[in-house]
Amino acid sequence: MSFLSIRGLELRIRGGGRLLRAVSLDVAAGKVQGLVGESGAGKSMIGKAVLGILPQAVEVVRGEILLDGTDLMKLKPAERRRRFGATCALIPQDPLTALNPSRWIGPQITDRLVDILHWPRDRAEARALQLLEEVHISDGPRVLRCYPHELSGGMRQRILIASAFAAEPKLIIADEPTTALDVTVQKQILKLIAALQSRHGTALLFVTHDLGVVSKVCQSLTVLYSGMVVEDTDVRAFFRAPAHAYSQALLAATPKYTDPLSSLMPVQDAVIAAVRAEVDAADAKVDR
Amino acid sequence: MSPLYEVEGLQLSLPDMTRKPLLGAAPRLEILKGLNFTVPKGAIFGIVGGSGSGKSTLGRAMVRLLEPTGGAIRFAGVDITHMRDDALRPLRRRFQMIFQDPMSSLNPRHRVATIIAEPMRLHGFDEVPARVARALDHVGLQQGFAARYPHELSGGQRQRVGIARAIALEPEFILADEIVSGLDVSSQAHVLNLLETLVRDLGLTLAFISHDLSVIRRLCSRVLVMQHGMIVEDRETAALFASPEAPYTRELLDAIPLPDPDQAWV
Repeated sequence: MSFLSIRGLELRIRGGGRLLRAVSLDVAAGKVQGLVGESGAGKSMIGKAVLGILPQAVEVVRGEILLDGTDLMKLKPAERRRRFGATCALIPQDPLTALNPSRWIGPQITDRLVDILHWPRDRAEARALQLLEEVHISDGPRVLRCYPHELSGGMRQRILIASAFAAEPKLIIADEPTTALDVTVQKQILKLIAALQSRHGTALLFVTHDLGVVSKVCQSLTVLYSGMVVEDTDVRAFFRAPAHAYSQALLAATPKYTDPLSSLMPVQDAVIAAVRAEVDAADAKVDR
Repeated sequence: MSPLYEVEGLQLSLPDMTRKPLLGAAPRLEILKGLNFTVPKGAIFGIVGGSGSGKSTLGRAMVRLLEPTGGAIRFAGVDITHMRDDALRPLRRRFQMIFQDPMSSLNPRHRVATIIAEPMRLHGFDEVPARVARALDHVGLQQGFAARYPHELSGGQRQRVGIARAIALEPEFILADEIVSGLDVSSQAHVLNLLETLVRDLGLTLAFISHDLSVIRRLCSRVLVMQHGMIVEDRETAALFASPEAPYTRELLDAIPLPDPDQAWV
């Protein structure tokens, strides 16, 4: 049974073009669902719609976002925040801009526990220390009293991961959590996310443009092009033989150091034209 | 044939401002600790390493955005290690740089045409508009882009403008510092193929800084692997990938997630 279920979600820029086209997507409890696509495909918009942080200029035309069976769109903002803060969390892309530069790390992890879950502050702090240990930060008490700029990019990303897992959420949305990091740090961070995810049985929606990363951490994936789902399948099946021509092209564009000559084929114009035609046909059907 | 760049015992230290006392000088932080290598003419030369390994500092020293504190850098036989700015200026046309973040390296208030033309005007080129048109053509951007502003372009298009600006000066050497790490795989493939074509057609020498060994493997003929400000491996690409000698190179290779769910990794 899926914990997060998005049904026919359509987003549009107010008075402008479509951003998402009848997107359906499921994240099963305790599973990792990948969401891939080029920049501008609308990956982050899905995450933002679920979190209820869409930009002002974007409106929801239709669709449902079911969280554990409840349609989030039908909730009042306050109710939505309460329910959400207790069960969901985000691991953002950029570890520098996601942390407040003028505050210590400690309160940035514990605020949510204190404000939304009404934990006593000392219990929240003990929890923060325990989490820092889980993400392999050994000198927790010192780190809690550091400012973000005093820590490296890898450390900051670990802190955001610790913070995301703080309230034992049932769903985490990770929006390109390792794009800003180099490969060795990326590996540590992905291992960490995978370990925490399986230990806590969290449902994880993993947004990325890196198919290499998807093959390592996800069980299933959704491929998005221009706000339309072009493929939604099991990871093994996908990497054995992607069904859609666009998915095949995307896989061919992914660099592979073991096979330098066949990799890095740019997505051909013909493939783009074909998938664009599909998008237009879908739009025409909706508009009619 | 003599190499384009000869680097001997290159050292560079910068003041560590995080440990600067209130009064007095900040302690120096050793970034580059005695590097020796040469870059042959016409090569695509890869520089790889983790964050903080000193690869960008090395690049910046090579195009003399930073002044080395020890050792020597010779460009086309000329010692540029401590050359003064006015003497460097005519040489700068010959070694150009493309930056990692195209948004912050293109002036947001200038149109693409001005961005590409400005360095040519500084270096006293004639027929600037015709050269701008040619540069756009080289990087596969239609002439209409000349009138656009950087914010109207996609990431891949912006990076092409950065490339156009660099090649417009007809340099012999271009340093590309992590220029595709912000792009998705499809635009990345386009930009890399473009670079390869330009190097071949214009007879350029290219140093390509990256943390992604897959990209290096595809593009470069030789690779220099850096860790903690030192060179741990400097070899032909094919040989390096066939049998990496340094443990750190092995570690970097093993960290790359291949698009294959069966690769033992996590």
